[in-house]
Amino acid sequence: MLTPESLKRIDREIAKYPADQKQSAVMAALAIAQEEQGWLSSEAIECVAGYLGMAPIAAYEVATFYNMYDLQPVGKYKLSVCTNLPCMLTGGVDAGEYLKQKLGIGFNETTPDGLITLKESECMGACGDAPVMIVNNRRMCSWMNPEQIDKLLAELK
Amino acid sequence: MAILGAINPMLSVGLDGDNAWRLADYVKRDGYSALRRILESGIGQGDVINEVKKSVLRGRGGAGFPTGLKWSFMPRSFPGDKYVVCNSDEGEPGTFKDRDILRYNPHAVIEGMAIAAFAMGAARGYNYIHGEVWEIYERFEEALDEARAAGFLGRNILGSGFDFDLFAHHGYGAYICGEETALLESIEGKKGQPRFKPPFPASFGLYGKPTTINNTETFASVPYIINMGGERYLESGKPNNGGTKLFSVSGHVNRPGNYEVPLGTPFATLLEMAGGMRGGRQLKGCIPGGSSAPVVPGPTMMDCTMDYDSISKAGSMLGSGAVIVMDETTCMVKALERLSYFYYEESCGQCTPCREGTSWLYKVVHRIEHGKGRADDLDLLGSVTTNIMGRTICALGDAASMPVQSFIKHFRDEFAYHIENRKCLVPVDVQRAGSGFFTATA
Repeated sequence: MLTPESLKRIDREIAKYPADQKQSAVMAALAIAQEEQGWLSSEAIECVAGYLGMAPIAAYEVATFYNMYDLQPVGKYKLSVCTNLPCMLTGGVDAGEYLKQKLGIGFNETTPDGLITLKESECMGACGDAPVMIVNNRRMCSWMNPEQIDKLLAELK
Repeated sequence: MAILGAINPMLSVGLDGDNAWRLADYVKRDGYSALRRILESGIGQGDVINEVKKSVLRGRGGAGFPTGLKWSFMPRSFPGDKYVVCNSDEGEPGTFKDRDILRYNPHAVIEGMAIAAFAMGAARGYNYIHGEVWEIYERFEEALDEARAAGFLGRNILGSGFDFDLFAHHGYGAYICGEETALLESIEGKKGQPRFKPPFPASFGLYGKPTTINNTETFASVPYIINMGGERYLESGKPNNGGTKLFSVSGHVNRPGNYEVPLGTPFATLLEMAGGMRGGRQLKGCIPGGSSAPVVPGPTMMDCTMDYDSISKAGSMLGSGAVIVMDETTCMVKALERLSYFYYEESCGQCTPCREGTSWLYKVVHRIEHGKGRADDLDLLGSVTTNIMGRTICALGDAASMPVQSFIKHFRDEFAYHIENRKCLVPVDVQRAGSGFFTATA
């Protein structure tokens, strides 16, 4: 059920590990599957497990352990805001509140038009740039004051 | 500019410009000359390890363990697969130095790992990179391609007969994978749950083979040590605390960011480099080594120097060099509540004292913060911490407990006020003003 393009990317990940250790590529493979499909359905996880020759339950364990995998559908854009202490001191919590107000949703909710899912996140390792948020697990946005947040929201349409 | 300020820097020299991270620029900065000298002049494995021992380089990830000694634990002359692994899973709240090293000086990490692999007889390595910093992961992949194309990685490096393959592995959101054996489990494609030790990774590591894991900054320091010699490196810090160190300064300062200074630099100097306290306010407390380190009250902190020994004397840990600065607008109960939530959220769930205990810690601090504290809650928190500490496989349980103990020890009156009066000692609007969020654009 994954596209040939995704499988090719997974093959490149498998090549990083010893021939008998294909399972090592599971984190990357799940990330690739999620990138392609927007979230990880049970079918997608099973497909990855099958491709890597591991038990579906072992892949499911990985998918549920790491919190950047989404096991439920999310909006077109997933916005994760760090509210951990160093970020909180310089506006991370306020940024979260500001986003909730602007979008009219709480954490772990999606706007009615399906555009944006808001998540509270743990330390992203970028505390000097606080407030910090990540779009779709890929793009880190730094120094997000109200003006920057407004700009980002206008861009995500 | 990569690093906002420095005194006698090594790691952050010459990193201006958009291409500073590229191989060509690194080579211009004398990059890969240490690896070349080792491979071409027949310096032995033992000599390399001795040089690192002489430098008194101590692990930059948090534990401060002497790197040379760690390397000497590897059975380097035994045949069979061996691995070197770099821990770039930087998720300790307050720490963001490895991100900048990988962003601006990734080849120093690659060269350091290649030297380490040579010294320990390893032919393969992995760099485990925090999943949240995706651009950094992609850049590192690109740097690896450059190093392979130039013959600094792969088969028969520089015609020496030494083989070393290095790959990048990304995390995907689990703080616990910064624990070295959890990190190994994660590379093996499993949940990141720490292993019981012993056996230590030097005898049973990745795929059950001898493995050494070091932090990003530790590996990045190695080429500089080889080039300048271990003794000179040691002298650039202070006795028992060799070299310079990157400090990530966050919180209530005017210029949060990374600063490279010699170990032993006064905290007051570092604070000044970071632009001083915001709005000229007073330093209330400081967590000097990442969220797991005990908090130090402001006046004590002002007397510290930034090195393993001085911070340890002040009752805390230098840890990863993450300096979280809190001024008088900080509610210490709320600060602890957020940290406790973090450990509760990130406990891997393997050991009962940590899984259940971190939940208790969070719930009790949460109820104090929200005006529902009970008279004996501070004693209860103390008892929960002593029932976690020392009773778990890894250090996460201790890391969750130390903030609780130290916050209550140093700011007990504030916690007691909260319980008695059911509100913050620091008014909420003062706290909000302290964050600067709504004034940033005004």
